[in-house]
Amino acid sequence: MKAAVVVFPGSNCDTDCFSVLSRVMKMDVSYVWHKERTLPKVDLVILPGGFSYGDYLRTGAVARFSPAMESVIKHADEGRLVLGICNGFQILLESGLLPGAMLRNRSLSFVCEHVWLRVEENRSAFTKNLKQGETLCVPIAHGEGNYFCDDDTLKRLQDDSLIAFRYASQTGEVSEAFNPNGSRDSIAGILSGKRNVLGMMPHPERASEPILGYDHGRKIFESLAGA
Amino acid sequence: MFKATINVTLKKSVLDPQGQTVLHALSTLGFKEAQDLRVGKFFELTVDEADRNRAEARVREMCDKLLINPVIEEYALTLREEKSAR
Repeated sequence: MKAAVVVFPGSNCDTDCFSVLSRVMKMDVSYVWHKERTLPKVDLVILPGGFSYGDYLRTGAVARFSPAMESVIKHADEGRLVLGICNGFQILLESGLLPGAMLRNRSLSFVCEHVWLRVEENRSAFTKNLKQGETLCVPIAHGEGNYFCDDDTLKRLQDDSLIAFRYASQTGEVSEAFNPNGSRDSIAGILSGKRNVLGMMPHPERASEPILGYDHGRKIFESLAGA
Repeated sequence: MFKATINVTLKKSVLDPQGQTVLHALSTLGFKEAQDLRVGKFFELTVDEADRNRAEARVREMCDKLLINPVIEEYALTLREEKSAR
């Protein structure tokens, strides 16, 4: 498994992603600067978290038109893997690789805390080492993670089992009490129709080593390493 | 030359927590007549184009491609002719 981490001006989780993939997962990883039009030959592209282009206009709206994104869209269209984390998820929404959009958090505040996620779907390269209904403790850190989509899109995500993760309690109860940002249907992460693109607001790369307190996020990278 | 003004608001079907918070603050201040407040954003753009229809078409293209996210936002556009600086 070869991977590339795209770096935008304002990315701030690029090094974390690189570190987990290279040092923990022993993958062959390279950085791709946003101005590069061509990607190295890789199986997986990661769009990391951060504040690309200062979140100007809308989160991810400017990054979506960077030269590297043309290649990322082509890479995804060819059925290869793309993982967008936090700002990376926002970029995937703006680019149309995933449906929906992000709104300001319901509280209007930036939320930075550990949350529990319920695994809703393990039929993907990203989640195949996870059990349906299993819960993971992973941090979130965002101001605009309130996932929105129209009713038809939500129904399609539900019917086609494309919701990968929902915010939940430690025991897996999904309710508004455990929804940190107001996301529709407590959505924390979704898959594309072909299941080769995953966008998620929580940061598994910040929870992949015991020294960081939690390593539940590691299972996502282990799924990918064995893909 | 045209001056385009673009008013962007969240669609009616999208909850606007910022608008609700501001409305609540107005109500607390005693402005009980204030209702249904939406917070949006505003673009002011000069367009170097002599023909009104072409100018409007280009600005709508800009809105669709970058300025607006049609999943959550809608916009109202007005164009005003400006005297060229030349």
